[in-house]
Amino acid sequence: MTKVLVLRAPGINCDAEAAEALELAGATAERVHVNRLAEGSVQLADYGMLLIPGGFAYGDHLGAGRMLAVDLIYRLREDLSRFVADGRPVLGICNGFQVLVKTGLLPSDNVGQATLIDNASGNYECRWIKLGLNSASPCIFTQGLSGTLDLPVGHGEGRFLTDQATFEKLQANNQIVVQYLDQADQPTMDYPANPNGALHGIAGICNPTGNVFGLMPHPDRAFLPQHHPQWRRRGLDKEGPGMAIFRNGVRAMALV
Amino acid sequence: MSAYLVTVCPREADNHERLYLLAGDLSSEDVQRLTLELLHDPVAHTATWQALDAELAAPKAGALVEIAFRPGVTDNEAETILVGARHIGINGLKQAKTLRRVYVSDVQDEAVLRLYAGEHLLNDLIETAYITLEARSAERLQFYQHLLQLPAPHTPTITRVALRGVSDSELERISREGILALSLAEMQAVRDYFEDLGRDPTDGELETLAQTWSEHCRHKTFRATISYQQTGSDGAIDPALHPALAELNAANGATINGLLNHYLRSATDAVSNASLLSAFVDNAGIVAFDENYEISFKVETHNHPSALEPFGGANTGVGGVVRDVLGVSAKPIAVTDVLCFGYPDLPESELSQGVLHPRRIREGVVAGVRDYGNKLGIPNVNGAVWYDHGYTANPLVFCGTLGIAPRGSHPRGVQAGDAIVVIGGRTGRDGIHGATFSSVELTHDTAETVGAAVQIGDPVTEKTVIDVLLQARDLGLYSAITDCGAGGLSSAVGEMGEETGAVVELRDVPLKYAGLQPWEIWISEAQERMVVSVPPQNVQTLLDLCRGEDVEATVIGHFTADGVLTVKHNQLTVVELDMAFLHSGGVQFKLNADWQPAAAPAATPANVDHNALLKATLGQPIVASNENIVRTYDHEVQAATVLKPLVGVDEDGPGDAGVLQPLVDSRRGVVLGCGLNPLYGKIDPYWMALAAVDEALRNIVAAGGDPEQTWILDNFCWGDPKLPDRLAGLVRASAGCHDAALAYRTPFISGKDSLNNEYRDAEGKRVAIPPTLLISAMALVPDVLQTISMDAKAAGNAIYLVGLTHDERGGAVSALVGGIDNGAVPKVNLATAPSVHKALHAAIRANSVRACHDLSEGGLAVAAAEMAFAGGFGLNLQLSAVPTSTALSADALLWSESATRFLVEVAPEQAANFEAQLGTIAYAKIGHVIAEPRLIINDLAGQALIDSDLAALKAAWQA
Repeated sequence: MTKVLVLRAPGINCDAEAAEALELAGATAERVHVNRLAEGSVQLADYGMLLIPGGFAYGDHLGAGRMLAVDLIYRLREDLSRFVADGRPVLGICNGFQVLVKTGLLPSDNVGQATLIDNASGNYECRWIKLGLNSASPCIFTQGLSGTLDLPVGHGEGRFLTDQATFEKLQANNQIVVQYLDQADQPTMDYPANPNGALHGIAGICNPTGNVFGLMPHPDRAFLPQHHPQWRRRGLDKEGPGMAIFRNGVRAMALV
Repeated sequence: MSAYLVTVCPREADNHERLYLLAGDLSSEDVQRLTLELLHDPVAHTATWQALDAELAAPKAGALVEIAFRPGVTDNEAETILVGARHIGINGLKQAKTLRRVYVSDVQDEAVLRLYAGEHLLNDLIETAYITLEARSAERLQFYQHLLQLPAPHTPTITRVALRGVSDSELERISREGILALSLAEMQAVRDYFEDLGRDPTDGELETLAQTWSEHCRHKTFRATISYQQTGSDGAIDPALHPALAELNAANGATINGLLNHYLRSATDAVSNASLLSAFVDNAGIVAFDENYEISFKVETHNHPSALEPFGGANTGVGGVVRDVLGVSAKPIAVTDVLCFGYPDLPESELSQGVLHPRRIREGVVAGVRDYGNKLGIPNVNGAVWYDHGYTANPLVFCGTLGIAPRGSHPRGVQAGDAIVVIGGRTGRDGIHGATFSSVELTHDTAETVGAAVQIGDPVTEKTVIDVLLQARDLGLYSAITDCGAGGLSSAVGEMGEETGAVVELRDVPLKYAGLQPWEIWISEAQERMVVSVPPQNVQTLLDLCRGEDVEATVIGHFTADGVLTVKHNQLTVVELDMAFLHSGGVQFKLNADWQPAAAPAATPANVDHNALLKATLGQPIVASNENIVRTYDHEVQAATVLKPLVGVDEDGPGDAGVLQPLVDSRRGVVLGCGLNPLYGKIDPYWMALAAVDEALRNIVAAGGDPEQTWILDNFCWGDPKLPDRLAGLVRASAGCHDAALAYRTPFISGKDSLNNEYRDAEGKRVAIPPTLLISAMALVPDVLQTISMDAKAAGNAIYLVGLTHDERGGAVSALVGGIDNGAVPKVNLATAPSVHKALHAAIRANSVRACHDLSEGGLAVAAAEMAFAGGFGLNLQLSAVPTSTALSADALLWSESATRFLVEVAPEQAANFEAQLGTIAYAKIGHVIAEPRLIINDLAGQALIDSDLAALKAAWQA
């Protein structure tokens, strides 16, 4: 299957660029409103991959991603569980990551293990950061990738928070997929390399089987080479740094 | 009905909590579920809940403030709770209110606590609070019950205003007390109209006329006939280059038949080209982007609301201008903001009564711009911040929006029989009198009289409206569209039905709460509403589309063929007015303008330490880094931003312009820049206007935009135009816009004016803002890969200065921090400036330029420092090489702010190519990029006048 469902909902606002990146990676992307899934006029099972884009779903008024998570839990729980259990790829970017954490699909099938709260700075932050990739992670979106990745962030509630036991489990399972790096390429808690104060510099995690991946940074704003802020100084790359993630997802989708 | 209190405490912080009041047919189990599933995050919070009828559990001991929105003010979080409750199957929740509880330590005195709360925690205009040294259960209960009180239902009534036969003074009183902002002549015209009809007007009719005839909607000053006189002459002027200025210098003064037509429209008509699709007619100016798409651009101001409630004012300012672009059927793809504040270090003792401190205004305005733009998912890619004591009581908030649409997809064809459909937010008592309030001078007690004009926005509702309307556009469902802005439904329906007529049934307008009188529903400026005209066969499809995405859409009437505006509320006739009188019955103003040139200050020669002056100038708020503001704006969303606002090796240098690539499969781009300098306006608004146009174009050119594919917008913010001195400046600024547009062949496509930016304090002393003109520019570029940034790129490259320097230090920003003001305002040379821009653009398109930065506030010294520290490379420059027409002092060469100048970095192998492109325009190689991180500028004798470590300069700029 090569069709990706890009989820729309009131306040989701990064669906168009996510769909463009997916199309560049060879997929067919359809932007579908959550109400169409809930009423059954569109079936999630007809898609090979689900992407929950960034934005401010329902205004993020009760905590980032909370209301859309509640919406998914109450209206689409079974469809979503089956989709994940089938091993189909699910990618949550920024608000989408917050939604996946608050539905409990991340870190694994349980609400209340982790959350994302206000940035330590107290401010919304828009900047490019450097990520370190965990090459041992089962995450299907980063298979074959290692080293570092430049991506932009844009969020006010990106500070990943969990308890020590969950953190140790995430580490043991290699569910920590991407971390903010300092200038010496070490995971960091220091601002601004870590824009939100996330625990251990955690920028994105996957579920234990690796098919559900959520991250605060935006690969969907980094798919063209001219999206990179340094191209006028370093020269133009062949493509934007975010493309690898989409290509991996699309490749994995074809294999399920 | 039962009511509950939920308290949510963050695990990490102990000085604040969130409270929720929930009321309805709720069981305690319902409240438990609402708390656990919606209101609290188990990882981050603890939560408790209890019934409101019992003894309330005590909060922590000590002083605290509990803050809630006043009844009727938009509470977005509370609305979300109602939606969430339905999602989880709890249908009994009828009402929700949110509160913030803040614990204040080290306060023993209630008066001190109240003062602190008023200054730092709440805005009395929109919020109410329980402030106490020690919370008492009974007091809290009373406060909560007051918050939950619903407005009393009432009987809709129509009041007739006795206008026939009344005296002039009575007419003036009616206008003033009703905040109608109509002049005596206008009130007389209204009286005469109703005398002819043989009846008195209703409240709704009077309000409709006041809204439609408001300065905000009709731009009466810009349409007035102005008699202009000036003292002294502007000297020898070439009438071919400065036709408007020459006209003003005629011996007997000049008569101007409308600033808008005489200066702005006439200039656009003279230099228009095939790419210009719509100027001054639609809600936004429109130009062709390519064969398939068109780009629209609009800039608005939201000054008065931002003075009173900075967050809400700026928030709804962004929301409003985005709706303007939606009103030409375009998808918003960028927002811009230019902000003018009083100085943030103003001593509290110098603040007038009733005026918020500039720091607080800045904080609220920036948060308001951030909140709305980020939540809509529109990148903020260009802007500026200015400071002047004249903006302390009257901050200026300019908000712009750029849109894109398939060419020809914006319909403008209302037909009799089409349904009038209102889409989006509900109507409340908020925003009443916004249009007329914007024409009223602010005073120390304005906040009390026009409180309802101030609002809080709801960006998510607006986002859903954008989502459905762009689909409706592509499906061809509507025949016309407009935003519900100033004047609310009265203006929107009145404008759309101008050629046809319309019937509206106010009973059908969805309301936020009961208690609105019919006239209030009709003129409320409640946010996030659009009005579309829908052919009958499309109505159901449109309503279904909206319902499918949780957007409220309601048919409230239809367009007719009778040329009459009829507004009903059940059996009551609220309005029955001829469209012809409504739109043509106003009075053309006759105004006088009298120009007295400002006395030039005597230049005080001083022994200036240029190193210290450079650091001081870099740290002057007008020049200093805005990174702490820009970072909080999303400038990457939509994945189109290919030149960011912050550039350079550390991505924190001051970019000259923003560049967007709106289509993923085409490298065609849009460049956005702006120009503004009220310091020049204080000397002479004519030359300010030329400088502002030149600066906006410099921004464009420096980034690689094509100056011959550029369109500009004007936004005038001025004092009271009825005062001849204020008006004379406005005339001269408009004349400058005209002459600049002709010389650069750059059409104005849209404009707006905000007048009466004056404040009268409790003693009656009047303060006007400095004359302020914002020029916003939008340019096209065929390939974004040919756009460049301002940061120095490599050691060994040559640095050129393009353009002539004159001794023009009048209004120089360096003079605010110890430098010299010689009274000579920069005078753009219109004979040469366009060819300089053109030649430099050709050089950039020939790929011969590595970096380019325009010289503006702070002149050569500041531009060189910025280029160097943004790039992380030093510069070594020779003042002796700077091109001039006469010999100038080193002081003038460093700090003059002459227009049309650029610093350009060129790699050695491109030097011949670069110089060939520039041809005969004035330029010179003045130095080169060095590896050592120092800025060295040598004086005429070759001695280092400035020799400074880049880190120190950058630190001064970022301080």
